[in-house]
Amino acid sequence: MSRRWIVLALLFATAVGATAAPYVPRDDAVVLERLPEKGDPALAQLKRMRAALAARPDDLAIAIPVARKALEAARTLGDPRFLGQAQAALAPWWTADAVPAAALLLRATLKQSHHDFDGSLKDLDRLLTDQPASAQALLTRATVLGVQGRYADARRDCSALNGRVAPIVFLGCDAGPASLSGAAADAYESLALELATLRGGADLREWALTLAAEIAERRGDFVAAEKHFRDALDIDPRDAYLKGAYADFLLDRNRPQDVLPLLANDVSNDSLLLRLALAEQRVPAARNTFAAHRAELAARFDAARRRGDSLHRREEARFRLDIENDPQAALALARANWGVQREPADLRILVDAARAADDAAALDIATQWLASTRMENVAVATVATVRK
Amino acid sequence: MIRYLLLLVVALVATPALSHKASDAYLTLERGGTSLRGQWDIALRDLDNAIGLDANGDGDITWGEVRARHADIAAYALQRLAISSGGERCALSPTAHSIDTHTDGTYAVMAFSGKCPVAGPTLAIDYRLFEGLDPQHRGLLNLIEHGASRSVVFSADSPQRIVGGDTSGPWAQFATYLNEGVRHIWAGFDHILFLLSLLLPAVLVREHGRWRTGDSFRAAFVEVAKVVTAFTVAHSITLTLAALSIVVLPSRLVESGIALSVVLAALNNLYPVLANGRWIAAFGFGLLHGFGFAGALHDLGLPAGSLALSLFGFNLGVEAGQLAIVAAFLPLAFLLRSTWAYRRMLFAGGSVAIAAIAAVWLVERAFDMPLFDALAAGI
Repeated sequence: MSRRWIVLALLFATAVGATAAPYVPRDDAVVLERLPEKGDPALAQLKRMRAALAARPDDLAIAIPVARKALEAARTLGDPRFLGQAQAALAPWWTADAVPAAALLLRATLKQSHHDFDGSLKDLDRLLTDQPASAQALLTRATVLGVQGRYADARRDCSALNGRVAPIVFLGCDAGPASLSGAAADAYESLALELATLRGGADLREWALTLAAEIAERRGDFVAAEKHFRDALDIDPRDAYLKGAYADFLLDRNRPQDVLPLLANDVSNDSLLLRLALAEQRVPAARNTFAAHRAELAARFDAARRRGDSLHRREEARFRLDIENDPQAALALARANWGVQREPADLRILVDAARAADDAAALDIATQWLASTRMENVAVATVATVRK
Repeated sequence: MIRYLLLLVVALVATPALSHKASDAYLTLERGGTSLRGQWDIALRDLDNAIGLDANGDGDITWGEVRARHADIAAYALQRLAISSGGERCALSPTAHSIDTHTDGTYAVMAFSGKCPVAGPTLAIDYRLFEGLDPQHRGLLNLIEHGASRSVVFSADSPQRIVGGDTSGPWAQFATYLNEGVRHIWAGFDHILFLLSLLLPAVLVREHGRWRTGDSFRAAFVEVAKVVTAFTVAHSITLTLAALSIVVLPSRLVESGIALSVVLAALNNLYPVLANGRWIAAFGFGLLHGFGFAGALHDLGLPAGSLALSLFGFNLGVEAGQLAIVAAFLPLAFLLRSTWAYRRMLFAGGSVAIAAIAAVWLVERAFDMPLFDALAAGI
């Protein structure tokens, strides 16, 4: 049996396993679960820190690093269980009014992760009333405002950072909202110029490269976009956000065969599995894994829905539209998602679903948003303006 | 500092890349009468997080490591699940352990059985698994009864839910709550004594500062009807308001107030203040008794799906139970009204006894002192 068939058999077992009957393993030595901290010293350290916090749950000096590390783990692994751990670490300060600045900032960040944007902004507003010069709070608020599509407000916070932080942080903060509200060329030029002379700080460099790649892609400069994506991946080939963005770029360039090796080992990540399945759908040789991945995605969205989760609406809309071929269901999800968050990817799925469902009202929402923000976004503009 | 800044920013930007789902546990409950059968699927990762399953610390959880901790898993989980029926806690005990796979990993599966002291119309469930460890944890309950199933989600924000009672069909459910209403007024001595205190003088007439025997059954009937109607209207109003959580009073205040109302109603027979307007007292204090009925209904639980029907059934049951008492009381009292036994023993002596009993209740309830138990223990 070739290795591919073993993988395939395992995939089917996983997909079927969701509904299979409980069983009793035959052997004590059978490994049932691999903990995330296996082979990850940072997570092992987090586990020890949490044990220390359990003994002194009101100790802010332990709680803050635990919450911060858990938040980082949630981001790098894409695992929301760590968001729950971060929130638990902040429990003594979660509902209180008078909260130390460090706890308030992490609380705002976590609320944002749960798409409680208003709650997040409320905390950040309070923090910035007390400490108007807090660079971290300004940066975080700019990000939340950007997700809500409030670009002018976001840019105001970014401009308050000018001179207080390294130029790349200020430029990176501003580049997102600027590029989405009619200043994409300037934002891109400034970012590219700064990147050319930036020394050190691999994390910062990767972040700025990802931003530059996304702006270049929206402007239609695909050669530059691809170069930035690849440079960023050279710095961190495991970054889930970056891989997702690059996979979307490749799918739009009609290069699904390049997505397969990029995401081959990311099936545990819902967003990346979705991109992998979208690529497999278009590559005849990957038909079998596509069927298994499609079933697995359906099971995962179902599990998320059962718990009342609405964090996956954007991904699920794409799944309904492109894989299940159900434009009406996709449009309902995309519209509900658009009511909450307004990033370019949210606009994209809205306009794609609206076009497929032939829904003029939803298309109008998208075209009006493009016009009122003066956003440069070739992919969305193409779909929105071409009449059938 | 800058590095830290960046990590947070990227954490924000990266939300769409979330994989898996947050922590869930799957709870299935099947109910028949006083017995329960359950199955609880809990992620091994979450259990490791709570009680530590990875005995040798190698990052892998083996079947041997899980098997060694079955008793601890059952104890940990069942301590965080309280199921009550008719206001009384059901005893839960584990019956079997196995393993299952869900979309986000491997789960420990615990089968358990439960025995409830009372077969109430609903189950009150208090779900606290991983409380304090993961506020994003959800308990997904699938309740099966009468061959139908319904699902309920427990979270840190809503750990307590009243479930069940609405799968048996509207009429069966209506009958259940009607029955509970009758049971409650018959078992609730304070309500009966209050009503009796107001009804005892109905066959008498107060004239020139003295009680004399009433002449007509019709007059006695009208008097009883006025008192019972006023009491019914009043307690129906507050029962509804409290059951729908529109007005909520502390139970100690309500129970003490009810005891006081019985004392005053009985004393009013001995030293009349409201000789010919007892329906006013029935109405005023009836408002308080309604809150008392609501407390009993709260213990039973109202099914969310058919709240109005159950509430109506319970209220109607209370009225029916009360009318049965009145129907037995009125003819008997009218027949005996001119006898010495009625005038001295039942009316005067009864009122003194009722006032005394209710006074003890009042002290017990207001100061949380179990006097009757202490007396009984002394004997």
